Amino acid sequence: MLVASLLLAACGTPTAAPTTPPAETTQPPAETTQAPTEAPTTVQTGGEVEIFSWWVGPGEADGLAAMVKVFNADYPQYTFVNAAVAGGAGSNAKAVLATRLQAGNPPDSWQAHAGQETIANYVAAGQVQPLDDFFASTGFASVLPATLIPLISANGHPYSVPVNIHRSNVMWYNPSVVQAAGVTIPAGGFTTWDDFFAACEKIKATGKVCLSMGNEGFTAMHLFENVMIGTIGADKWNGLWLPTPTTDWAGADVTAGLANYAKALSYVNSDAATLSDWQPASKMVADGDAAFNIMGDWAYGYFANPDPNGLALTPHTQFDWSPVPGTQGIFVFLSDSFVKPIGNKNPEGTMAWLTVAASKAGQEAFNPLKGSICARTDCDKSLFSEYSQGAMADWLSNTVVGSLTHGVVAAPAWQTTIDTALKLFIASDLGTKAQSDFQAALVAACKSDGTCQ
Amino acid sequence: MFKNFTFKPRILITAIVLLVVGVAGLYYFTHSKLMIGSFDVTSLGILVAGLVMYSAIPVAMTMIGNETYLSIVLMLPSIAAVAIFVYGFIAWSVRVSFSNWKGLIPNYTFVGFKQYIILFSNDPRFMIDLRNTAVFTVGFILGCLIIGLGLAILLDQKIKGENLFRGIFLLPMSISFIASGVVWSWLMSSATGSRITGINLIFKSLGLNGLISLWHTTPQPWGMAFTIIPAVWQLAGYTMAMYLGGMRSISDDLREAARVDGASEFEIYRYVILPLLQPITLSAVIILGHMSLKIFDLIVALGRGDIRLDVPGIYMWTTTFSGNNYAQGAAIGILMLVGVAVLVIPYLVQNMRTETQV
Amino acid sequence: MMPRRIASRTLIYLILILASAFFLLPIYLMLLTGVKPFAEVDLKTMWNLPSSLHIENFIAAWAQLAPNLKNSLILVIPESILSSLLGSLNGYLLSKWRFKNSNLIFTLILFGMFIPYQSILIPLVKFMDFIQLYGGLPGLVFVHIIYGIPITTLIFRNYYAGISTEMLEAGRIDGASLTGLYRFLILPLSAPSFAVVIIWQFTQAWNDFLFAVILTNQAYWPVTVALNNLAGSQLVQWNVLMAATLLAALPTLLVYLLLGRFFVRGLMAGSLKG
Repeated sequence: MLVASLLLAACGTPTAAPTTPPAETTQPPAETTQAPTEAPTTVQTGGEVEIFSWWVGPGEADGLAAMVKVFNADYPQYTFVNAAVAGGAGSNAKAVLATRLQAGNPPDSWQAHAGQETIANYVAAGQVQPLDDFFASTGFASVLPATLIPLISANGHPYSVPVNIHRSNVMWYNPSVVQAAGVTIPAGGFTTWDDFFAACEKIKATGKVCLSMGNEGFTAMHLFENVMIGTIGADKWNGLWLPTPTTDWAGADVTAGLANYAKALSYVNSDAATLSDWQPASKMVADGDAAFNIMGDWAYGYFANPDPNGLALTPHTQFDWSPVPGTQGIFVFLSDSFVKPIGNKNPEGTMAWLTVAASKAGQEAFNPLKGSICARTDCDKSLFSEYSQGAMADWLSNTVVGSLTHGVVAAPAWQTTIDTALKLFIASDLGTKAQSDFQAALVAACKSDGTCQ
Repeated sequence: MFKNFTFKPRILITAIVLLVVGVAGLYYFTHSKLMIGSFDVTSLGILVAGLVMYSAIPVAMTMIGNETYLSIVLMLPSIAAVAIFVYGFIAWSVRVSFSNWKGLIPNYTFVGFKQYIILFSNDPRFMIDLRNTAVFTVGFILGCLIIGLGLAILLDQKIKGENLFRGIFLLPMSISFIASGVVWSWLMSSATGSRITGINLIFKSLGLNGLISLWHTTPQPWGMAFTIIPAVWQLAGYTMAMYLGGMRSISDDLREAARVDGASEFEIYRYVILPLLQPITLSAVIILGHMSLKIFDLIVALGRGDIRLDVPGIYMWTTTFSGNNYAQGAAIGILMLVGVAVLVIPYLVQNMRTETQV
Repeated sequence: MMPRRIASRTLIYLILILASAFFLLPIYLMLLTGVKPFAEVDLKTMWNLPSSLHIENFIAAWAQLAPNLKNSLILVIPESILSSLLGSLNGYLLSKWRFKNSNLIFTLILFGMFIPYQSILIPLVKFMDFIQLYGGLPGLVFVHIIYGIPITTLIFRNYYAGISTEMLEAGRIDGASLTGLYRFLILPLSAPSFAVVIIWQFTQAWNDFLFAVILTNQAYWPVTVALNNLAGSQLVQWNVLMAATLLAALPTLLVYLLLGRFFVRGLMAGSLKG
């Protein structure tokens, strides 16, 4: 059998990658006002456009389908191929993508978190192209928030098209559990973590869990970034990630953040490690077993959506939310974006997809279903849920900082080293010795990334 | 080699026909597409044609009386495939593990044992992995062998509904690890008080409070030992099938003879059947061992990132594909292989020696 | 004698039933979760019966899996048959035709089983691309057969090791050739080990996710990719996932039951040494 394949290689006729014949149309592409103006060397007016993402679940897959509908209407000559692989356990999606890129077989565009996940990975490896012309011709930059553009750019060139914005720093709570414990949450949320811990003591006294947390897949790091930002504030958080850090990883600010993190973990449900994901932790709040849960705003859909996709709870009475303690006026964000690869099969198709992903129609179709807000600032608010409308207002008025857990502030390699240190810390007794070990590991992680000297 | 040559026209014609059909098939499939319905099966056609062509060689060789050559020709495709897909790729991995490849651009700069030194000198996570693998491997293999053999002996007693029981015991193997890990993490929930659930809740309602357990969140290394339960649940049935297959190939005459000699049922198993099953046990140990040393999906689904339950497979995956540290990921992979070699090869050699003596 | 025999038979059945309970408990939980509405899927109440049967979970799960079902069948059927035939041939040659260094070759082949597949994905994809087998199902079949060689060879070799050499010698004196002995003596004796090997290879290929998602294009993804997508999204519908898992397990289960007839006792009198 091997001989057969070697013979085949010798014959050298490509036969094994079957594709359906391109859907040829005699009509020229349906030009929109945002059509790409880049002049490609080979003009391909159709064929398959393979888009790689990890949007496979309820909500996200529906959003993608809605955006594809816009794509099919605008570009009927292309066939959309949905190569979506779940990100979940073991980060399958990233492994599949990495392997394909190594083998020189990139999809026509793929999903990447805006920020360092794109810049330090794909841009640094020369696997994606700058989008200056696209941004110039579509005027995309003018409808993006000013804070976002530097995060998707390297050396002044934009490299990805952000589609949506999620918020990381939301504290979900069960109003009746909180009330029963005699806790009042100030309008705008707790101002310090100490206030939160005081509230936790009262909740503990009623026999409930104060803070619910899921397994350590990502929820532990998610809590970590929120406690840290709530302790040291936006500026010092940003200072940790600058090319030359202005916040000392070994300094007292980080120490205080770690102490709060350790204390927050002490109020967490004892079975956190056995919860299969973030959902069971949010469910504890919904069921009234826990008072608080810190999770990104995708949890809103889980609480509020009707049956097959959610728990159908009523906002403000059955569940409620406020910013994470200490993060008033701060918007910790993550964003999904699409890139323009080098060496893919259908470069024209890539531009068509990016045009739709950047367009108002595309983002308005996608985001309400996904439960995120538009990366564009001009989307129609009335299409969105009550929560999202509030998030849209905050997105424009708050100080915006990037999430560590979701690929914005640190290169993937750095994030992975931090993750290992974090998990070792959680496995410890959380005491002062463990905290200082954790801090030393964070300093070492920064050094091994090459950012810290 | 030609001294035993006997000319057999029928064989020669068969060989020539195979050769011609194979070559024609290869030519055809490399020049035009083969479609069955909407499925493009061109490459399948190429595989089959190649196989047909190759089969001309062993057929022609039957005319030469030398059966050693024939057996080597028959083995050759397997040997070549393993040489490339196993040893070729391991060589690639070794090369990467001696490099400094970090990030998405391949970088084969030779840095010697740097990646290995990092793992052994200053990596608490790798030490956890080594301990966990040891605990898991020993418990998993013993658990599967004991339960598997026990079930096989019971099913060998001319049981009514044997087919049903066999199906039930094999059933877990058909369930993908992705979902069985989730279900077992529910069953082995360590929630307490009013939230008590899973198997603990069953124990509580049966009044077996003493059995209520923290399961895999028990302080290490015992927590890791609990991850063996779902793994044994999944593979014990297969171990049973292997033993049962072996027992069924032992002829009834042998048992009869032992019975005539006055042996009890127990003695028949102890002194007649079990010794004959020794090669099956070797197969089972190796198959279970290869699963446990590479265990990945189950722990991912069960531990969900809990580093106390980390294993080298997960560490390698995270390092390579989340951290883009290809060099260190490769080093972990090679160490897993070296570990296997150290554990398995002496056992294999020992086993073959005793076998050839028999 | 009789009362003792009845007691021991009862004990055997009792143990088998208890063992069945252990093996079925997680399956029961899957089934229970699979018929619950989404809002009732909860750790705390996992043992509670659903307020109403939600068969639509199975319909939703079927809708997810169905497009990929054909791919899985095209993958698994040739894979398990070819793989077991190849393994049987290898096992026969390595156990009964001990040519020079055959033990070394066996050990080297066997070692291939331990290769951590995750660490060789990149050269694998590059090589499959080089031999033009990347992207489709035949390539995936090919890879499963190759990585199945060690395990299938091992099982058959160790099974054939038990077949008495005297019988083969007798066959040779009667003038049977290498291939003749295989066809007329070995193959008829191999039924139980074919069952054992096909069970393994079928299950491995059917449940494989890694090779499938890496080596095939989206149009050729088998059911495991769909199953994995159900399990790994941002919001997981556990009820649909469990329904899908049970559906995806059915073909494998069917194969186990069909192969049951190969587990027959005492195929040929005196076939084993002793």
